[in-house]
Amino acid sequence: MSALRLRLRPRAAIGAEAARAGRTGDRILFALCAGAGLLAVFVLGEVVYQVISGARPAISKFGLGFLVHSRWAPNFSAFGAAQALVGTVITSIIALSIATPLGIAIAVYLAMMAPPAVRTVVGPLVEMLAAIPSVIVGFWGLIVFSPFVANHIEPALHNVLGFMPLFGAAQTTGFSLLTAGLVLTIMVLPIIAALSRDLFLTVPVELTEGAAALGATRWEIIRGVVLPTTASGVAAATVLGLGRALGEAIAVLQVVGDGTGIHSSLFQPGETLAARIANEFTSPESKLHIPSLFYLALILLVIGLVTSVLARMIATRFDVHRSLA
Amino acid sequence: MTEPDDQIDRGPAGERVLGRVRIQTESLPSPAAPAPLPARNGGAPLIARDVVFDIRDMAVYYGDNQALGWTTFKIYRHLVTAVIGPSGCGKSTFIRSLNRMNDAIRGFRIEGQVLYHGHDVYGAEVNRVEVRRRIGMVFQKPNPFPKSIYDNIAWAPRNLGMREDLDARVERALTQAALWDEVEDRLRDSALSLSGGQQQRLCIARAIAVEPDVLLLDEPASALDPVATASIEDLMRTLKNRYTIVIVTHNMQQAARVADQVAFFTLDPGADRVGTLVEHADTQTIFRNPKDSRTRDYVTGRFG
Repeated sequence: MSALRLRLRPRAAIGAEAARAGRTGDRILFALCAGAGLLAVFVLGEVVYQVISGARPAISKFGLGFLVHSRWAPNFSAFGAAQALVGTVITSIIALSIATPLGIAIAVYLAMMAPPAVRTVVGPLVEMLAAIPSVIVGFWGLIVFSPFVANHIEPALHNVLGFMPLFGAAQTTGFSLLTAGLVLTIMVLPIIAALSRDLFLTVPVELTEGAAALGATRWEIIRGVVLPTTASGVAAATVLGLGRALGEAIAVLQVVGDGTGIHSSLFQPGETLAARIANEFTSPESKLHIPSLFYLALILLVIGLVTSVLARMIATRFDVHRSLA
Repeated sequence: MTEPDDQIDRGPAGERVLGRVRIQTESLPSPAAPAPLPARNGGAPLIARDVVFDIRDMAVYYGDNQALGWTTFKIYRHLVTAVIGPSGCGKSTFIRSLNRMNDAIRGFRIEGQVLYHGHDVYGAEVNRVEVRRRIGMVFQKPNPFPKSIYDNIAWAPRNLGMREDLDARVERALTQAALWDEVEDRLRDSALSLSGGQQQRLCIARAIAVEPDVLLLDEPASALDPVATASIEDLMRTLKNRYTIVIVTHNMQQAARVADQVAFFTLDPGADRVGTLVEHADTQTIFRNPKDSRTRDYVTGRFG
């Protein structure tokens, strides 16, 4: 209709003013959107710059040796990241290795097996788990979960797997890397479960029907069609979960026990990068304390960025085979 | 990957044994009575044929809505039976009920009987996974898996434990589907790199790789261009020597070209828009001398 009118009427008659207004609107829109995009880049750059410059004194003092020294004694100006680094890695491994299979199982159930009544109730509840502020999860971990871990989980694991140093004698408090890992599991689980469920629901019904028509069982359909089609997305969901596990400070701080030294047993109290930064930033005890905390932050930042890039690479690798033509 | 023995959900022990032998229709119990002979227009009988599907008073409901009225007719072995009719007349509902693809649809309910070589497809002891393994299906929209061409074909045989000579099986299926020459050199490429027509032939190859007895084709050419359509039709004429074919089509020329028998469905205006079988006869009769005036109106293009 408007195309027709355009052709019939001389160009000037359309209303040059209206046209200019349209162009101005476009320009404003462009400026707003481009500005928002640039702002994100600027914030990232600014944070990286501040972290590096804040850490500089510690970097020049300790160098890369900082990564492997475990002694952290601010009043003696001895700083090393190894203990917190190991704690971060261990708690994240615990969280992801439990939350990933569990989250995928929840997602498979919600997307493909649950009756609609269950789906509409349980689905939002799982998402709500992610909405619980971390300080509340940590509080629950502190009051309720830690004693439970100390009294039940640690003895049970020690009885069965005690031959491995990983599962040493049970401790009395329950403040440990294991407890921190399990609390992180609870926080990571809804992310992986909710995102995976949404992904499974995007698998075209044509594909699952095609598989069913070939005499495939439900498990064969899930394993052979649903999971491979969504693998990149599930990997990305897992990395998002990892991001939360790496960066979570408060809930971990509440249950990890603020221990010193690296121990073979998961039942010993420990420390993570994020928890230590949150705990000590307000009360520096020596000149290099704050720069050392910045150095920890830098390590955390690098780990976070590397995992993010890794996730992107995984995603693109799988993505080639993904969408249905 | 598990052996079929480990897969409890494949059904009771007896069925699993059945599932592992090579299916040959001759070895299955046939109806005791010889197949009834569909009468030609003048009453002259066709050649006696084995009955594959004996559909008796089949009615389908989705919740409270009836989708398909009481339908009774037989589908014969090694013939192409075309199901034609206007949109919404229950063609797809009908064909999807033959291999229990409607089971997953909420509210689906079926009455009457669908006898497959004398066995009720909806019988209490029947495992629908086993049903679908023998009654293959190709859908309207080509739906290759996002895997390689080879894996698209090999996936179902692997699931079913047909591991021996998988390469030969893949080649045979692709050859039968007239696709081998085009993909021989690129079996490891993604199936999504194929054209629409090739993808649909791949889906046919995928279906015949598990050596089914029946092929159900639900408007297999409606998303394809005329050249690809012609190749699918050629394929059907070859495949009917090995398989019994049921094809849903809204294209009457296609039905006339490929089908031996035609079942014409329409919407029954009197009964709340329920799909109804109007007439089932051999193709010549349906197109040249239909008994029912509604069939005549439809095939001559006066309706639908």
